[in-house]
Amino acid sequence: MLDALGDPQSVLVLGGTSEIALATIKEMPRNRLRRVLLAGRPSESLDLAVKQLQALNIAGVEAIEFDAKNTETHGGIIDAAFDGSDIDIVILAFGLLGDQMTAEADPTHAVEIATVNYTGSVSAGLHVARRLKNQGHGALVVLSSVAGDRARRTNFVYGSTKAGLDAFAQGLDAALAGTGAHVLIVRPGFVRTRMTSHLPEAPMTTNPEDVAKIIVTALKKGKSAVYAPGPLRFVMAGLKALPKPIFRKLPN
Amino acid sequence: MSEVVATQLSGWGRTMPTVAQLVEANSPGQIAELVQHANSRGVLARGLGRSYGDAAQSGGATVIDMTTMNDFTLNPDNMSVTANAGASIDEILREIVPRGFFVPVSAGTRIITVGGAIAADIHGKNHHRDGSFGAHVTELTLIDGLGAQHTLTPKDLKFWATVGGMGLTGVITSATFTVIPIASSYITVDTERGNDLDDVMSRMFARDHEYRYTVAWIDSVSSSGRGVITRGDHATIEQCNLDGIKDPEAYDPKNIATAPALVPSGALNKWTVRAFNEGWYRKHPKERIGEIQRISAFFHPLDGVQEWNRIYGPNGFLQYQFQVPDAAGYLVGMALSKLREIGAPSFLTVLKRFGPGNRAPLSFPQSGWTLAADLPAGIPGLGRALDQLDALISAEGGRLYLAKDSRQSPTNFARAYPRLGEWREIRDTMDPKRVFASDLSRRLEI
Repeated sequence: MLDALGDPQSVLVLGGTSEIALATIKEMPRNRLRRVLLAGRPSESLDLAVKQLQALNIAGVEAIEFDAKNTETHGGIIDAAFDGSDIDIVILAFGLLGDQMTAEADPTHAVEIATVNYTGSVSAGLHVARRLKNQGHGALVVLSSVAGDRARRTNFVYGSTKAGLDAFAQGLDAALAGTGAHVLIVRPGFVRTRMTSHLPEAPMTTNPEDVAKIIVTALKKGKSAVYAPGPLRFVMAGLKALPKPIFRKLPN
Repeated sequence: MSEVVATQLSGWGRTMPTVAQLVEANSPGQIAELVQHANSRGVLARGLGRSYGDAAQSGGATVIDMTTMNDFTLNPDNMSVTANAGASIDEILREIVPRGFFVPVSAGTRIITVGGAIAADIHGKNHHRDGSFGAHVTELTLIDGLGAQHTLTPKDLKFWATVGGMGLTGVITSATFTVIPIASSYITVDTERGNDLDDVMSRMFARDHEYRYTVAWIDSVSSSGRGVITRGDHATIEQCNLDGIKDPEAYDPKNIATAPALVPSGALNKWTVRAFNEGWYRKHPKERIGEIQRISAFFHPLDGVQEWNRIYGPNGFLQYQFQVPDAAGYLVGMALSKLREIGAPSFLTVLKRFGPGNRAPLSFPQSGWTLAADLPAGIPGLGRALDQLDALISAEGGRLYLAKDSRQSPTNFARAYPRLGEWREIRDTMDPKRVFASDLSRRLEI
């Protein structure tokens, strides 16, 4: 249960190695946490993530097996997590950036990105929403992206999956109105993570820790969508309004 | 079966609401049926929602609104009241005070139910003499976790598990408690000021036993910890007559005002609270003997302002109330300075002496001091400061009041209530399937 100050006792991360999700957990008062579930495909980096949090004296950290692509297993895994105790915050953090050029040349790669980022999220998101509604409280944090705000030549496969996810999350939040549960959509710009380490940095680049702070604050305020950093909201509003010929001439 | 409505519920502090299926209570039979058909989220009884934290809310559960079962009768011959659990102390007082009786224990608000008073084992300004509410209950009826109805008396362990049991042993449906005879609806009040916290505490230590009722208000903003002690006894007809009161038995408390619905966060801040505290201290004389006050002014001053909890703004507030034994009385001063340090403005800071506790394993009061402070929930550093205080308090054998708590950790709770194991054993016989659950019981892993 959240306490009176809005600090959580239990968190489920879908995509348990996500640097933004792990930074978000570290941003929460550690002595409040009783149960932290990191869901992902069994891997060294998942084990490492568990150890990293345990080293910070966070109680009840464990890894659970979860694969975004195996949507038929999502219900059972999410039910088991919620059957153990109420979950205050679920972070939907899995995602695949992929490679735009490879995706264009080999549509199976594009399909994989779409399956993980969109199909997997729709499946997991609906299962989580069902359980949040049942317990009458809780938040689902959805890691969207500014890439979904307007499709760009250089990453529109990824961008389109985030656009779909974003629209899905908006609708899910509407569906949860009055149930005590809600959705927080987080739209980061360029974040320095493993996912982006091979890419040149964009303006307004942030670190996972910066995004984490924004998420924790937004959760306490009960917001339904935030950009990270905050001012990106205005940049993206401007970009969306740009006429196509000018938008396409912008440097990538 | 009554209508079920998905409803957002929170405590009086308005922090962290959850949504439950709310059903109006109409009979013990209907409640038994609700218990027998409970879903996995369970069942919880709710009264007038004056618990500050998460005790009377339960996300996803069936929450039974008990206030629709509110009949009661005064039995003047054996000086008792038999009431359905949803009867409010407010309505009971309106009936019994003009007939010369008063409740044995009165909390700081009369807008509470009999069931809630038992479940929280409430205390009042007379705890040092008369103990808590549970000590005056002679019988109660309860529907357990299997839907069976029981009549319990103080001879039963189950009775004491229910007193202070926060509604987690069953749904209390009715109770009989003793009332005390009073000559008038007035209190004779003696007031004295203490220059600093030591002065206030030693004055209370020395003379509290001479009065039935006593409490001190502490200026939480001043670093001295100065305060105003008010003590009282029920006034006799002669005392009222001397004061020129025409109808000494009349009792009709009214609402003076209603707090506005939208108050910006931060309306209560260090500066407004400082001004209030300064004024409140100066308003009281250094010493005054025998002032005649109405029962409502003495016991329930805030009930005159409806929905006063709104003044804390949208973030809500919490009340931090703890108890420590006499030997750890220094923690009262430490708590006050810690709250001052982080700039937590509390304008309602109340200090009281407790007498011995009772047999109930989860009852809050036990001998020593109790301090209560109202704090806006949005203050930076509040969580960490209170965690530190929690640890100091439980290390000294003190604890937090569950009817006020909204944030302590389950480990701190288990340390502070050493009889929890004993209580759980009794609870397991009353509710083997763990049907009764609240957000508080989930947060504290009760």
